[in-house]
Amino acid sequence: MYPSRFDYDSPATLEEAIAILDEGGGEAKVMAGGQSLIPMLRLRFASPERVVDINGIPNLEYHRIDPDGTLRIGALCRHEDLEFSTIIADTFPTLAGAAHLVSDPIIRTRGTFVGSLCHADPQGDWSATMIALGGKIVVQGPQGRREIEAKDFVLGPFVTAMAFNEIAVEAVVPPAKGKALGGYLKLERRVGDFATASVAVALDMDGDTVTRAGCAMAGVGGQTIDANEAISVLQGKTLSVENIEAAAVAVAAVADPRTDHRGSSDYKRHIVETFVNRVLTSVANSEKKVAVA
Amino acid sequence: MAPLDELKIGGMGASRRRVEDNRFIRGKGNYVDDIVLPAMLHMQILRSPVAHARIKSIDTSAAWEVPGVRLVLTGETMAARNLAWMPTLSYDTQAVLATDKVRFQGQEVAAVIADDPYIAQDACDKIVVEYEQLPAIVNPIQAQKSDAPLIRDDKENQASNKIFDWEIGDKAATDQAFANADVVSKLDLHYPRSHPSPLENCGSIADFDRATGKLTVYMTSQAPHIVRAAVAMVAELPEHMVRIVSPDLGGGFGNKVPIYPGYVVSILASILTERPVKWVESNSENLISTGFGRDVYLEGELALRKDGKILGMRMKTISDHGAFYADAQPTKFKIGLMHSTFACYDIPTAHLVSEGFYTNKAPGGVAYRCSFRVTEAMFFQERMVHAAANDLGMDQAEFRKVNLVGDDMFPYRTAFGFLTDSGQYQKCLDVGMAAIGYDTFKQEQEEARKRGKLLGIGISTMTEPLGAGNSREYDIIGIKMFDSAELRVHMTGKALLRTGAKSQGQGHETTWSQIVAHELGIPAEDIVVEEGDTDSAPFGMGTYASRSTPVAGAAVAMVSRKIRAKARKIAAHLLEVSEEDIEWELGRFYVRGNEERGVTIQDCALAAYSNIPDGLEPGLENTAYYDPPNLTWPFAAYLCKVEVDAESGVWDVLNFVAVDDCGVRINPMIVEGQVMGGLTEAYAMANMQYITFDEEGNCIGANYMDYLLPTAWETPGFELHEVVTPCPHHPIGAKGVGECATVAGPAAFVNAVMSAIEHTGVRNVDMPLMPNRVYEALQTGKDVSGMPPVLSD
Ligand SMILES: Cc1cc2nc3c(=O)[nH]c(=O)nc-3n(C[C@H](O)[C@H](O)[C@H](O)COP(=O)(O)OP(=O)(O)OC[C@H]3O[C@@H](n4cnc5c(N)ncnc54)[C@H](O)[C@@H]3O)c2cc1C
Repeated sequence: MYPSRFDYDSPATLEEAIAILDEGGGEAKVMAGGQSLIPMLRLRFASPERVVDINGIPNLEYHRIDPDGTLRIGALCRHEDLEFSTIIADTFPTLAGAAHLVSDPIIRTRGTFVGSLCHADPQGDWSATMIALGGKIVVQGPQGRREIEAKDFVLGPFVTAMAFNEIAVEAVVPPAKGKALGGYLKLERRVGDFATASVAVALDMDGDTVTRAGCAMAGVGGQTIDANEAISVLQGKTLSVENIEAAAVAVAAVADPRTDHRGSSDYKRHIVETFVNRVLTSVANSEKKVAVA
Repeated sequence: MAPLDELKIGGMGASRRRVEDNRFIRGKGNYVDDIVLPAMLHMQILRSPVAHARIKSIDTSAAWEVPGVRLVLTGETMAARNLAWMPTLSYDTQAVLATDKVRFQGQEVAAVIADDPYIAQDACDKIVVEYEQLPAIVNPIQAQKSDAPLIRDDKENQASNKIFDWEIGDKAATDQAFANADVVSKLDLHYPRSHPSPLENCGSIADFDRATGKLTVYMTSQAPHIVRAAVAMVAELPEHMVRIVSPDLGGGFGNKVPIYPGYVVSILASILTERPVKWVESNSENLISTGFGRDVYLEGELALRKDGKILGMRMKTISDHGAFYADAQPTKFKIGLMHSTFACYDIPTAHLVSEGFYTNKAPGGVAYRCSFRVTEAMFFQERMVHAAANDLGMDQAEFRKVNLVGDDMFPYRTAFGFLTDSGQYQKCLDVGMAAIGYDTFKQEQEEARKRGKLLGIGISTMTEPLGAGNSREYDIIGIKMFDSAELRVHMTGKALLRTGAKSQGQGHETTWSQIVAHELGIPAEDIVVEEGDTDSAPFGMGTYASRSTPVAGAAVAMVSRKIRAKARKIAAHLLEVSEEDIEWELGRFYVRGNEERGVTIQDCALAAYSNIPDGLEPGLENTAYYDPPNLTWPFAAYLCKVEVDAESGVWDVLNFVAVDDCGVRINPMIVEGQVMGGLTEAYAMANMQYITFDEEGNCIGANYMDYLLPTAWETPGFELHEVVTPCPHHPIGAKGVGECATVAGPAAFVNAVMSAIEHTGVRNVDMPLMPNRVYEALQTGKDVSGMPPVLSD
């Protein structure tokens, strides 16, 4: 487990980092938390000539909510910062629900939200939440900044829409219109295990009515699966037992799992259906309890 | 004078903190990889990417050109020194570096020795090997087919892939028992491959000194003395010029008993370069190439009388040993102590047939935390008993009680000829049943089912043979399985103890001192324990098979008694009375009838060097070799309650009660630690650990993202209880406990899950009981097999 030789840079500004990437012409790699990059180096799955460590760049650790309710997550915001965040529990329940299921407590101290998006692992948890929430990724290159929709960010397994000389600087999640409901469920064999199957569900509610429904899945396809269209059957509807079941069936239909040692494709599809059902049922029930109280 | 308080001096029964932990938790342990020798080189191994292929050519020229490379070795260079093959501990041969063919994915093909391991790896990547792929065999059923490719075409007289046929028991009497049975209950299962996964991987530093002719090898070995003998023979070096040092070991679990190619290659590399050569494998290398456990097909049946009495047992095992028969076991027993199965039950007659096969998988079948295949023997036993009770419509506990050997039946001769000598089996089960609330469970289960919840309870009871062995029956490659201890009491009464065992986490430095404290009254903290250096430790067979306390521990007691006998003579001299007038109490001799007049053991130690009586040799040192009269037989009764989520197949442990009778407990805290650790491993095997192979022989699960070690997060809590029945033949009454929990544990979990889902008609789900398998069983009511290959769509 010895990586190939590489040069190491620790720039102090984004501009400097981007310049190094640009100069590297595709042979340089950004390192954020290093929790995916370092294993890849050690396995020699990746052998970049240069590693550009962005941990020395100030003011990227943040996650904050703008006055209009928009959530902004900086490139060095760690998984753990979101797990223990006091500001996202009510406003972004989908993210809050996933935060303690990403990796294990040790990796969460170091790995970053944005790095996880950039890694584009088909089993990664955060990509699913971002697609369900309709988020965007802000990337910066030599020509300045641009925004990429989360659903367009991942092009395939471990491939993103970023150019080699761009750095993802921030993830942006729009606020819910009305009340935000949602959650994240993941079938894992052990803490720190990647998803056998997982679902992220995000709803905007106007009273009892769903005004926007978002959903995405990890582990059940060659890349994160966008199920926003499938779950849109809930749009304009209430969270009745029948509507929930219809949504669960619709989402399961767009899952594209493979049979492997973790189970058959049918089993994984069944888990997707069960989990969508469970998330929706539990948010519907918790709403009822609040209404009664 | 007040007598010494044994607990205060850290004697028998004291839950003394482990003295070795002081250095481990400070990061001051001294493992092979911590050792740095002057001018040391580093070795990396190139491994086969395919499971079965003919090697057409190996081109190492580019590797030689990498700056910093000192040596590149292939099978050809090894063969030139007659080292391309080495003998195994089971009288087979194993390729050191492949010459003709590769026979499993991960097999050692070439090695690079360089100034640092990065360079060595770079150079390994530059070696070009041309393979001509052959069909791979990934299970013993395929291996038996008449058209199966011959894996071991290197061996003369090896016409098929079969390694051995072995048989024990009385076939005719057993057939008769089945003819007389009211009910015959059958079960068929696969005990999956599991990996011992020590946290520290295997490695060595070979240091050949041309000037003295001496070879020192620092090595991750649970049995350094056996290695010394083997190295002397393989490398054709005189045995006194070979020194094996096994420093701190980060776990072993049987994985560090075999002799691996990497050790041998590092030795030759050191001889050729005349510099120390370090080789330390990675996690994945350990997972794909070193000794695994189990991978055996077990089928059998019980002949039953209507009232629940077992009349006879029949069993067949088909084991997968990988490409080389390299597991270590007593020579007489080809499939280890498989025939200890059902030893806790009173069964008049039994018959066992075993077949072993080569496959294109890493060699192994080592006893992973058990006494030579005992884990699979007991797992089958308890799964079979579970099925039989169901077939009779009898309660699980009741069926066991009808058949368990009673307290008044000892010594008891099992149907396969083992002699069990003591135990309170029913009592252990009763303690467990009371603790888990067994009597109210049926009602609980029914009520839960009405609410749509699936509860289950599982029992596992077993006695296992530990402490191999006695020299009449037990040897490894001809070396008899006794053990040893050497005790030196210095003149100030402090002492140095060495044994032929080798701790890998068991806490020998702590417990051995406690035995000496118990025997001599020297405070445990005044005794230092050393193991693992063949130049200083007395010859012993090492630590595995729970044999340390039963064998080496007994030797510690015996050598202490020899010291006490000599000290008594010195005491008589000091007290000016005859030896017959001397009495002993812990730590002190006194004159009978005059308790005030006495001398301490420390006084005697000083006198041994300063005031020795005429005719007595000076000094206070001795060595004891202990050949146990029999095996020891601890007993375990484990009960587990689970809840299964019918929608996902996920199961959770609600409660786990473990009752262990390991005889006298030297250090209760260490005993509990051993049980907890073993249960955690048992849980992992039952729940999540999966390492398997696809049709081409690719290993699935060859890293720790796929092959899962449980963490504190998901490991259930365990409630521990004890029953103490001293071993009648062991000098301090101890039976050994290091492996009871891994052996008896898995069946408790599996039986519990089966109890929750068997209303669907399913009889067996193979381990690991992953959610998808449990869900499938619930949906179909059919058995779920875990036999490789894994198919993908
Ligand atoms: C044992 C283990 C278990 C894990 N389990 C899970 C799990 O259950 N679920 C899960 O989702 N993840 C899991 N992970 C992955 C973990 O969450 C990583 O932290 C995450 O995928 C990557 O974040 P990072 O900050 O560590 O990125 P790094 O490792 O630093 O980088 C990963 C990749 O993204 C690129 N990159 C990173 N940041 C940027 C940036 N700002 N701009 C451009 N490119 C960038 C890097 O160049 C690299 O290619 C696990 C990892 C390990 C080691």
